[in-house]
Amino acid sequence: MKVIVCVKQVPDTSGKVAVNPDGTLNRASMQTITNPDDMNAVEAALKLKDETGCKVVVVSMGPPPAMGMLRELLAMGADEGVLISGREFGGSDTYATSQIIAAGINHLGIEKDDIVMCGRQAIDGDTAQVGPQIAEKLHLPQVTYAAKIEKEGDTVTVQRMLEDGYMTVKVQTPCLITCIKELNEPRYMSVGGVYESFKKPIAVFDFNTLKDDPLIDLTTIGLKGSPTNIFKSFTPPPKGVGQMLEGADKATCEGLAETLAAKHII
Amino acid sequence: MAYNSMDLAAFKDVWVFCEQREGKLMPTDFELISEGRKLADELGVKLCGLLLGDNVEGLCKELAGYGADKIVLCESPLLKYYTTDAYAKVICDAIEELKPEVFLIGASTIGRDLGPRCAARLHTGLCADCTHLDVDVPKYLDFLRTSSTLDIDNMKFDMEDRNLKMTRPAFGGHLMATIICPRFRPAMATVRPGVMRRAEFDRAKADAVEIVRPEVKLTAEDVHTEVVEVVKAAKKIVDLVGADFIVSVGRGISKNVEQGIKLAEDLAEALGGVVGGSRAVIDNGWLSADHQVGQTGKTVHPKVYIALGISGAIQHKAGMQDSECIIAVNTNESAPIFEIADYGICGDLFKVTPMLTEAIKAQKAKKQ
Repeated sequence: MKVIVCVKQVPDTSGKVAVNPDGTLNRASMQTITNPDDMNAVEAALKLKDETGCKVVVVSMGPPPAMGMLRELLAMGADEGVLISGREFGGSDTYATSQIIAAGINHLGIEKDDIVMCGRQAIDGDTAQVGPQIAEKLHLPQVTYAAKIEKEGDTVTVQRMLEDGYMTVKVQTPCLITCIKELNEPRYMSVGGVYESFKKPIAVFDFNTLKDDPLIDLTTIGLKGSPTNIFKSFTPPPKGVGQMLEGADKATCEGLAETLAAKHII
Repeated sequence: MAYNSMDLAAFKDVWVFCEQREGKLMPTDFELISEGRKLADELGVKLCGLLLGDNVEGLCKELAGYGADKIVLCESPLLKYYTTDAYAKVICDAIEELKPEVFLIGASTIGRDLGPRCAARLHTGLCADCTHLDVDVPKYLDFLRTSSTLDIDNMKFDMEDRNLKMTRPAFGGHLMATIICPRFRPAMATVRPGVMRRAEFDRAKADAVEIVRPEVKLTAEDVHTEVVEVVKAAKKIVDLVGADFIVSVGRGISKNVEQGIKLAEDLAEALGGVVGGSRAVIDNGWLSADHQVGQTGKTVHPKVYIALGISGAIQHKAGMQDSECIIAVNTNESAPIFEIADYGICGDLFKVTPMLTEAIKAQKAKKQ
């Protein structure tokens, strides 16, 4: 049994977000982190490893620096890393990306008792699309928004969150699960783990590795092949300067309510 | 070449997935039907609601009343509860048969499970969590004039472009992107709940509803997940994201937490809104986690956001700075919240809030 975890290296949007004059994101000026929801997916996989002794493989598609992130995940306890990287893959939208990652997972091979895990969504794109799209490409059943995962034999029971509660869903392996932060608290790397991580393998799957995979349609990968294109990107205009109201009494409040009513805000 | 990229003209009509849970339509359905109506009119095509469930025909009229010409109704006991497999199969079968050119889905936790699964199977593009949709270019340019810093008048646009322009925020609203899906149909979007305006209900339109029932080819073998139970949260979870008015409290209520929350509730009630809280309030257990606004809580953009006793840490601002109108009450005149507030009152929330509640009630009474 193995758990394959899909992870993404993302700019850290919790700090200041830098935007270039042309409206694109200034990635160079921002720190990168492992996408937070993906860390919960890694932790869920490592928990299963603690319980069953299964193998954990972390897979990421991205430019070569993502190798450093994979090494950190190996230091947390994952067994192998795979970096899917190639210029031909650049600029892929979620459809194209999921196709490429699905081909990478297919290359690793999916067996009867395997599980694929993803974070719910990445903080840079916030699409939550790649997980379900990988599941479709691999013909795996999917359960998204997992807040609790229990595995017994080939059956996985997942608490799947909804806006107003949750569903309990049962699914057989192999399957794909997307994880949310409520699922667990990711562990830290250990000193020993960091040392061990340099003995663990990280494979690189490039265009040549994957181009003949049956899941790859060469006309729908990369920037040119992606079904969606950016028509325009732009920054919202800065908000006008607000005003401090005089006083803090009844007249102030009545004046404000009047303004809001006059502007049809209330 | 994929079948859906050869003859784009074969795809007509705007479809809206109408989500129901336990026989009840979701509020987002009406928002999407209303928005879909506008897009269908711009394209000169029909608007169809796509409704799946078990014994849900009774919901069709209500959907039509908000603007749908037709309801594509798919019923089966296997569609009673949402499962990805059953819903994706029935929807993809219907789309391949009836060929809509635009397909909208509410970006609920179910819509965001279903949308990507369908788009991957249909071999088409999907834009996530959209907040603005256009077809007509002049209308889109009007939108850019007010919502971007772009120099529109010195840019070239193809005025005849008929692609669906799907606009969405990225990086917490620091950047906006308009996405198109020019080569495949349908163009698909999930749409953020609470953003699109609901139209007036039209009784005549509701009564004139046309129902289409495509054949549902679904067997138990198609469904690979089993829904064991559906549990509603015991306490009603506050719907911050869909709220037009939010009154949030911060550390400033600490000297009398109970009264502070009561005052916020009164103000929220006067506005027809809900109560939120900053991280400090949630961490102290004064309000439950579903009330949290901010980076680690919900991102909201109500029409009015009132911050009572909230200093305005970056992590809080990240969740509410895109509100249309921000009002802040704080005793500290140099609190960062005032930097982004449209209206600031430097004062004690325990004194100001009741006066503001009364003043708003009076204005509302005047309007009726």
